[in-house]
Amino acid sequence: MSTTRPFEQTQAAPAGPAPGVISVRNLNFYYGDHQVLFDNTLDIAPRSVTAIIGPSGCGKSTHIRVYNRIYEMYRDQRCTGEVLLDGENLLDPSLDLIELRRRVGMIFQAPTPFPMSVFENVAYGLRLHYTLSRSELMDRVEDALRGAALWDEVKDKLHQPGTALSGGQQQRLCIARALAVEPEVLLMDEPTSAVDPVGTAKIEELVRMLTSRLTVVIVTHNMQQAARISDVTAFFFEGRIVEVGQTTKMFTNPANKQTEDYITGRFG
Amino acid sequence: METRGIRPPPGRRRPGELKGQPMQREFEKELDAIKATVLTMAGLVEKSLDDANRALTGRDSNLARAVIAADEEIDRYEVEIDRMVSEFIVRHQPAATDLRFVVVAIKLGPELERVADHAVNIARRVLDLNERPLLKPLIDLPRMLNLARAMVSDAIAAYVRRDAAAAREIIARDDDVDDLYLQLFRELISFMIEDPHTITRAIDLLFVARFAERIADQATNISEEVVYLVEGIPIRHQPFESGRPAGEGPE
Repeated sequence: MSTTRPFEQTQAAPAGPAPGVISVRNLNFYYGDHQVLFDNTLDIAPRSVTAIIGPSGCGKSTHIRVYNRIYEMYRDQRCTGEVLLDGENLLDPSLDLIELRRRVGMIFQAPTPFPMSVFENVAYGLRLHYTLSRSELMDRVEDALRGAALWDEVKDKLHQPGTALSGGQQQRLCIARALAVEPEVLLMDEPTSAVDPVGTAKIEELVRMLTSRLTVVIVTHNMQQAARISDVTAFFFEGRIVEVGQTTKMFTNPANKQTEDYITGRFG
Repeated sequence: METRGIRPPPGRRRPGELKGQPMQREFEKELDAIKATVLTMAGLVEKSLDDANRALTGRDSNLARAVIAADEEIDRYEVEIDRMVSEFIVRHQPAATDLRFVVVAIKLGPELERVADHAVNIARRVLDLNERPLLKPLIDLPRMLNLARAMVSDAIAAYVRRDAAAAREIIARDDDVDDLYLQLFRELISFMIEDPHTITRAIDLLFVARFAERIADQATNISEEVVYLVEGIPIRHQPFESGRPAGEGPE
């Protein structure tokens, strides 16, 4: 069991390639008989932000829900293909799902704090994955809250309910909860759609900071957000990946007409 | 909105249409307005060029003064384009072609404004020239001005049609103007060497030639922006393949 403080660990120069390389290969996804993803193939560089954009119902959320296999919680949902994280196929049925979801964290559209204190929200995952002394637990909770740029705002109310925080703070609490267990990848599904502009700006800044230690894949309807925070943008349409490219290129000179039409607001 | 087209029945798309919205949006109306303003400005600039050329060949000082007076309105158009584009960016945060379109519009304003300034500079020289007899019959100079003026008009037409091939062809034409400039330059130098009394008039003509050459450069810049608009690739400051003498022609 690891007792190292996670964010101290990243101070040392990592040996070899940074972890968090994702390779999606020929991913198909089905809700029952209805196919919604078609042959998705995507390479995601470690410690980068990849934005997934596309009109509603194009399969963006479904696509990232495969990475941590959260779809398996629902009946009649299945997929084929491969999602490799640092070369390991995440769709391998023998994989430990608890461990997978530690490595691949997820933030949802609406903040989902547990009905418990701010401290317990972050400590919950730590207790699940590690055996820690009380003081180690304190340290790691503080580290995670600092990592989510929330510590200064909540240090005096650690024992108040997490649900009493503002929407933006709740979302950062969820990010802290995910960071506490040292994920390699953080999936974010419309993380700021329920957050006000100030809260959104804080979360966006946080996302940029997070790339020093993990890989972020963010689904967003907000084109400016994709342009602001991502390194690479993937455009999805009707379950297919139409175009993937450097974000600056995608937003100034996309190669594909459908991408152009979508990002200029001509459809979608 | 009056410009709204016929909507397809709910849930149905027109052939080849992606969840389309057939109405013309506010966004596109504003883009059209920016384009219209650039074109109006270009029209005034072309008129100034024509008038400057006619003032030169017809030795018409009144027309030269009209060119100088017209510059103020052209300057106002440049400011207006800046305002429209800034507001458009704030309101719509354009991307891709729309972004390039407004970026190019905001760059065409100063290019056109400089062309108009050169027309004014020519008009000022015409006022000087008209005070003395002509040094020589004006043949190459009006020709040069016509070539430069045609490059400006064609560059604006290429902008309207979003025609990168036409823009590249205009860029190639800059060499013809430069060649004429060099030819005139040598000729006027020889006048001045033979008879120093011609220096004032020769220098006036030389300036006019220089302004015509700069107008062609401005048309080249506009054409380069058109290529960027269409292809998304900046081609400014690329090495020239033609054999232009070093130190001459466009910077």
